[in-house]
Amino acid sequence: MAALSLSNVGPIYRREIRSYFNSAVAYVVIVVFLAIVGWYFSNNLFLINIASMRIVFELVPLVFLFFVPAVTMRLLAEEKKSGTLELLTTKPVRDVEIVLGKFLAAWTLLAATLAPTLIWLVTLMILGNPDLGPVVAGYIGLMLTGGVYIAIGIFASSLTENQIVAFLIGLVIVLAFFLADKVLLYVPGFLAPVVEYMGIDYHFSSIARGVIDSRDIVYFGSILGFALLMATASLERRKW
Amino acid sequence: MSIAVRNLVKMYGDTSAIDDISFDVKTGEILGFLGPNGAGKTTTMKIITCYMPPTSGTVAVDGLDTAAQSLEVRRKIGYLPEMNPLYMDMNVLDYLEYSAQLHGLRGGVVQHRIKEMVHVCGLEDVRHKDIGEMSKGYRQRVGLAQSMIHDPEVLILDEPTSGLDPNQIAEIRELIRKLGAAKTVILSTHILSEVQATCNRVLIIHEGKIVANGTPSQLQQEFQGADTITVELRSGPGDPAGAVAPKLKSVEHVTGVSLLTQDGGTSTFEVHADKGNDIRESLFRLAVAEGWVVLEMHRRITTLEEVFHKLTTA
Repeated sequence: MAALSLSNVGPIYRREIRSYFNSAVAYVVIVVFLAIVGWYFSNNLFLINIASMRIVFELVPLVFLFFVPAVTMRLLAEEKKSGTLELLTTKPVRDVEIVLGKFLAAWTLLAATLAPTLIWLVTLMILGNPDLGPVVAGYIGLMLTGGVYIAIGIFASSLTENQIVAFLIGLVIVLAFFLADKVLLYVPGFLAPVVEYMGIDYHFSSIARGVIDSRDIVYFGSILGFALLMATASLERRKW
Repeated sequence: MSIAVRNLVKMYGDTSAIDDISFDVKTGEILGFLGPNGAGKTTTMKIITCYMPPTSGTVAVDGLDTAAQSLEVRRKIGYLPEMNPLYMDMNVLDYLEYSAQLHGLRGGVVQHRIKEMVHVCGLEDVRHKDIGEMSKGYRQRVGLAQSMIHDPEVLILDEPTSGLDPNQIAEIRELIRKLGAAKTVILSTHILSEVQATCNRVLIIHEGKIVANGTPSQLQQEFQGADTITVELRSGPGDPAGAVAPKLKSVEHVTGVSLLTQDGGTSTFEVHADKGNDIRESLFRLAVAEGWVVLEMHRRITTLEEVFHKLTTA
């Protein structure tokens, strides 16, 4: 096998970005996201008089649970259904390049969704003096959490040609990761540390406190990498 | 750029889609793949284009193995899949650019190739249109344009004219002939006249096996049954049909004579002769010797349709 060249990630990434932003998908996602999160943020600010980004970091992982699988569900399922995947995989393109290009495109959409929330941060900085450390860490944590969800969503999308099924599979898997550290009461004692470690919220809240620990980075990196690997393997399943 | 297919087998569970197929395509050849639906044409093409591996057997494109050197093989091939899948939300120019980039083209050559393909495939008027809004004929041209965007040495076209109207079929056929002149082409089709019009060689597949392989005229000859000649004669009042028939029968190689119609002194016969013997000249000489007037003489040739029918309904 030749040296791993990823030169086709670029064209695939650009096509997906264009497909998100030329259709209504990106704008609907961004507007609905900002409306939901913004409502809670402004309630906090104006009604309860708490000038804090904390509500954002508490709410967004929850909203991502539903948003991310919706954003990723079509990425491979649609190409399978329309037959364009056959076109794509008979070009001199590696399966891993297809998965990476699509992953990066969805991640970019996620960043574009989060970017407008920085305006709230600016508002807070005008009104008061927020501690920027945890805020920066919180955003990094959100991008990592979103990245893991996207990787899982792409894997779900690679399993089926039905987008609704892809959405539901993605939702169930990310929900399992989200709930892992919240069901410790029902888990036998010796398994508890393992299950807690698998919980994505456990690692996110540790980062959102402002401490970027290598253990958390390793966690996010390995789940993300493993999900992308599974998606690639699932694409290659046609060869089995 | 030759293609060598050796002992190809593809199993789907317990049923075999193709069963030990071997054939070669030489550089510059246009090979027509014929066969009823489900015969294994598309499966064979999917294996050659590296979409899926065979259960056993090998395919070599220009000496490169499709399993071990898949990327290199894919670089050399232009492929139009069955049903012609396209990105409906892209316009023609964007789509061709995307295809060119995926084939590794970069820089100025991309725009140059797009311009050339738009021109060759007659897409000038629709180049800014979304593919989803275009007619089937135009979509087919876009499919052909993307398959040739990187100027591949090998073209694999799975039913390039399916679903088109007769005018569009003629156009696409002309396009394939024009563009395929310097390439190695495999195309599958249901339309037998298409094979006669565009291909130098025909492969007929039935139930996963090759049942015939040759030029269209070779196949016609090979599967030519007994020679049948229809002849219409005016034999004059002194020589009624009943008297003509035995004389026809006495010609060398003739195995049977039947009277089709009779109208006064004019009668039409069907004369059967041994396979491979053209007895038209003998019949003509007999007519001259007997003083008959030959009004019409016609030798029936086995058509490719009949060959196909014979081979695939067994």
